[in-house]
Amino acid sequence: MQNDKWLFEITPKNSLFDLNLKEVWRYRDLLMLFVKRDIVTVYKQTVLGPLWYLLEPLFTTVVFTLIFNNVANVSTGETPAFLFNMSGIIVWGYFKTCLISTSTSFSSNAGIFSKVYFPRLIAPLTSIVSNLFKFGIQLFILACFYTYYYISGANLKLTPVILFFPVVIILMGLLGLGLGLIISALVTKYRDMKILVNFGLQLLMYLSAVMYPISFFKEKMPDYAWIVEYNPLAGIIEMSRYLLFGTSGYHFDTNLFIITIGLVLGLLFVGVIVFNRSEKNFIDTV
Amino acid sequence: MKDIILKVENLSKQYRLGNVGSGSLADDFKRFIYKIRGKDDPFLKIGETNDRSKKGNSDYVWALRDINFEVERGDVVGIIGRNGAGKSTLLKILSKVTGPITGSIKYNGKIASLLEVGTGFNGEMTGRENIFLNGAILGMTKKEIISKLDEIIEFSGCERYIDTPVKRYSSGMTVRLAFAVAAFLEPDILIVDEVLAVGDADFQKKAIGKMKDISTSGGRTVLFVSHNMASVKSLCTRAIVLENGKVSIDTDVDNAISYYLGKNEGNQQFEAGRYENDVFRLNAIEVIGKKNDDKLVEDDELSLITNITLKDIKEDYYHITYHLYNEMGEAMFSFSNSKDISLKEGENNIKCNFPASFFQSGQYFLSFFLVKNRKTAIFVEKDIAMFTVIDRQRELGVYMGKEPGYIKPQFKWEIIK
Repeated sequence: MQNDKWLFEITPKNSLFDLNLKEVWRYRDLLMLFVKRDIVTVYKQTVLGPLWYLLEPLFTTVVFTLIFNNVANVSTGETPAFLFNMSGIIVWGYFKTCLISTSTSFSSNAGIFSKVYFPRLIAPLTSIVSNLFKFGIQLFILACFYTYYYISGANLKLTPVILFFPVVIILMGLLGLGLGLIISALVTKYRDMKILVNFGLQLLMYLSAVMYPISFFKEKMPDYAWIVEYNPLAGIIEMSRYLLFGTSGYHFDTNLFIITIGLVLGLLFVGVIVFNRSEKNFIDTV
Repeated sequence: MKDIILKVENLSKQYRLGNVGSGSLADDFKRFIYKIRGKDDPFLKIGETNDRSKKGNSDYVWALRDINFEVERGDVVGIIGRNGAGKSTLLKILSKVTGPITGSIKYNGKIASLLEVGTGFNGEMTGRENIFLNGAILGMTKKEIISKLDEIIEFSGCERYIDTPVKRYSSGMTVRLAFAVAAFLEPDILIVDEVLAVGDADFQKKAIGKMKDISTSGGRTVLFVSHNMASVKSLCTRAIVLENGKVSIDTDVDNAISYYLGKNEGNQQFEAGRYENDVFRLNAIEVIGKKNDDKLVEDDELSLITNITLKDIKEDYYHITYHLYNEMGEAMFSFSNSKDISLKEGENNIKCNFPASFFQSGQYFLSFFLVKNRKTAIFVEKDIAMFTVIDRQRELGVYMGKEPGYIKPQFKWEIIK
């Protein structure tokens, strides 16, 4: 007797919308262990350890403040320029590291991927979570400066809306993940994409309201303001500032916020599909 | 009633040779255009069987072509074949590392594969942390690992070092730890790829024992790939021989092994014109044992017979030189016919005898040289013949390793007062 009931099947093609999320959930322990590995191994045999995560945004903030605010006279409204820049740099930095690490997740994990099967989506998810840890450390230094400026009487309003800050950060992470997944599929085949991503990110930063408020851009270049206004990254960064500093003068549009959420989820969906498409045979091309 | 747990149907895999990436954009584009127009992938039609030694006309080869087999629950199946026969590709597809191009694999139950021991081991982390990480990569949950942690540590024999970073381990210890993790996986189908080639004899014994355990008492199915006939024979009940990406025989383990070893390229008849020019024609090179069709056994006297026709030698003197290489491609030695056995015009059939107990079991490759006047090699062909010497006497059992070295000289021993 032959039973034609098979529990599993390996075939050349999967259906397009077979996202395999159930399996990802089954491997959640692996995700946590990978995150632990990432965090633990970064500091081993370094002198400064996690301090490195602090120095990078700190120095960038100092340089940005000197160049953009003191030399170029960019107005940051009521918020102290230093704090303004630091918040932007940290939030942008989270997006950047998420995008870069997810877009290279095939090539950087090729060793493991070529030897054993687990849902490949675990790898990019790991980078999102371990980068969140790094972000947390950086947030700590932001909190220190926040307290300092608060005590010295700067115009900062700590309102309950700050509770939405984590939501905005998750949105930022998911945006990085979604875009990263789409790019990762291309990176496996065409290595040029890696260079393009690094270069593109540098340019994108200038359009993402990292070192200026959107209102400032609108005032100086009204004709091109739409580029920044419709950039979801700029929206998210501006939003995070609104939530953190509570001051008016930041552009916050509920409709835009909802559109951004929709966009992020859409990108994520497309990203997961594209990623699942390429995970099957990438090992032959990598 | 047969309880089929794994069924492989028409499985094929094609690879692109050469420099993947350059020029592939053009192929991708062509594929895309064909896809839009609803046609089949144009590159699936071309491609050749995968024979490493022959030069092909196409950039695409079939690493596997139309593989079909079934595995029953509890079977221990060996997969044997020469380098490049498609064993690893088959295992990779079975373990979902890469996908097939056509065909399907259907199975009931969990597959775990050990294509390598210690995948994902991180040198910075301790032995204990690595057990968790490696276990999770192989598909265990944290709970399962915790429940087996003590057993794993005990099996590895690395208790003393378990909280030391793995980068401080010796390579043997790393392998022990890694295999220990894998040994406590409880899949329905276990796929193992030559992982036993490492570690000392004691550990190999333990590892083989554990694998036997898994299959007999656990009733699990094992697919085992190896070059080592001794371990295949001791572990498997059935074996599949792969040749150039196709299943050439699928039968019980003894028949499969003798089929595989019997494929002796030491007996080569060359068709006219293959190795021929104005001076000579090489007709055949044969390596034989006692009788013509015998396997080549360590303890027998072996002979190398060269059949060569010299057309017009004029005043020149010709002789033959062979270089012998082992399976690693290392030169062992060179040997030629002596002056008193000279080559004459016309057909020469000369035999060179190797004494009994000269070769250690293994694969050997011969390079052929025809030398003119003791100075110039007028014809050279590398790897013109290959022969496999086997060990019939040694008990196939616990120690899977091969004796070291490539020759097995019989020295004279005596007792002195």
